[in-house]
Amino acid sequence: MINVEHLVKAFGPKLAVNDVSFSVERGEVLGFLGPNGAGKSTTMRMITGYYPPTSGRITVGGHDMVEDPIAAKRLIGYLPENAPGYADMTVNGFLNFCAELRGLQGDARKRAVHRAVELCFLEGVLYQSIDTLSKGYKHRTCLAQSLIHDPDVLILDEPTDGLDPNQKHEVRGLIKRLGENKVVIFSTHILEEVEAACSRVIIIDRGRIVASGTPAELKARSPEGKLDEVFRAITLPDTVKHEVHA
Amino acid sequence: MSENNHPLPSSPALLPEGEGRQQPAVSPSAAAGRSGTALVNIRTIMKRELAGYFTSPIAYVFLVIFLLLTGFFTFTIGNFFERGEASLVSFFTWHPWLYLFLVPAAGMRLWSEERRLGTMELLLTMPVTNWQAIVGKFLASWLFLALALALTFPVAITVNYFGDPDNGVIFAGYVGSLMLAGSYLAVSCMTSAMTRNQVISFILSVMICLFLILAGYTPVTDLLSRFASPVVVDVVAAFSVMTHFEGFQRGVLDTRDVAFFASVIGFMLFVTGVIIRNQRAG
Repeated sequence: MINVEHLVKAFGPKLAVNDVSFSVERGEVLGFLGPNGAGKSTTMRMITGYYPPTSGRITVGGHDMVEDPIAAKRLIGYLPENAPGYADMTVNGFLNFCAELRGLQGDARKRAVHRAVELCFLEGVLYQSIDTLSKGYKHRTCLAQSLIHDPDVLILDEPTDGLDPNQKHEVRGLIKRLGENKVVIFSTHILEEVEAACSRVIIIDRGRIVASGTPAELKARSPEGKLDEVFRAITLPDTVKHEVHA
Repeated sequence: MSENNHPLPSSPALLPEGEGRQQPAVSPSAAAGRSGTALVNIRTIMKRELAGYFTSPIAYVFLVIFLLLTGFFTFTIGNFFERGEASLVSFFTWHPWLYLFLVPAAGMRLWSEERRLGTMELLLTMPVTNWQAIVGKFLASWLFLALALALTFPVAITVNYFGDPDNGVIFAGYVGSLMLAGSYLAVSCMTSAMTRNQVISFILSVMICLFLILAGYTPVTDLLSRFASPVVVDVVAAFSVMTHFEGFQRGVLDTRDVAFFASVIGFMLFVTGVIIRNQRAG
């Protein structure tokens, strides 16, 4: 469903993403794990067609993201980092706007908005403007936007950021269920999240894939069977690693 | 929050095989519908942008100030009544200067706001092309400026009440004024794509618009003609909105003047597209 080959993104002399390749099929939930600034968001922005890659190839559902971006973007639902939204719009207006851009009109649009609102528990704030929402509601509004056209591919950049523990639990459940018949890629730096929701994990550090496998496989790499140990061992700079082991 | 207590609904609509599954209303394979999709996208973006003016105080503040200033310039400084002419010369003469500050004020948020809020990422990862977004946003602002201009209709009624003006000239004046506003707006559109800071966007666009005025402003061309050949002066003046705006005020709808404004708009929007693309290219 998603194929990423030798993806590179340079900002000036800095390589934010350096030769990343992977593929994801329907029914998989892929977790992107990595320290801050590792290149998770940049990779996601390339897959969603926001950043053009410096080199490499991305296909989504067989459509090349550079050559046929519109067809590829139709298949994707995207929750950007920090869940942006038009501050002066109401939740209802915003979701209808997004549905229209997704090519939904009339009754189909109404149904789609209604379904997304139900799914993300937004009934209570439907006619509130986005800048008056709490962080959790703002986040769920943007999440609702990404689900509105019932996409085959969901790309979620830190979907549980800023949510309270209960909401985190809900979103993880949602991701897991959606992943049963879609492709879901989500990024996080919370390790428990990976265990709770992912069928596969990719650990990215300084623009490169440093490890990948199922959560169980990765855990097996540590003598204690703990994911955070594996994560630290892989992603800490060499100098610090030395100190930790010493 | 009470919703935390109940489990997620197992909505059947989520299953791709379910009946609730929605196909996009416009299928990608329908090549004939492609231009239709473009228009729908432009209209959707335009509608949202236009509504954005009216859900914030911007629209009302802008309209009131625009109407007050046009009234002040036309009647007080322009000596509308003392002139004893049945024309709107004293009305249109001030437009290049009035728009110099008001149009960038209306256009400065177009893209810088999207960048500041992060919604640009949302908008440009939708199945929408860059130019659809650019044109949609531009048209919304232009329509807003057209509304402001249309609300000056009492001036046209006044002059018709007191005298017998050539309404063809007045119509041409309005067309010219709208084209002028569109050109300034396209400049603001470009500068707002450059930065997330609206103040910088505003100042840059005022400077560029000022250049577009001064290149053909009589005091400046007179000064220039003292040490440059008439050809050079003409070439510089040809870039000015003043040169092309004057024709409209005389009631002449010259295709060359229309083409000038249209190409300023086209060029500035094209540059906007280049800027938006390059920012993401890194």
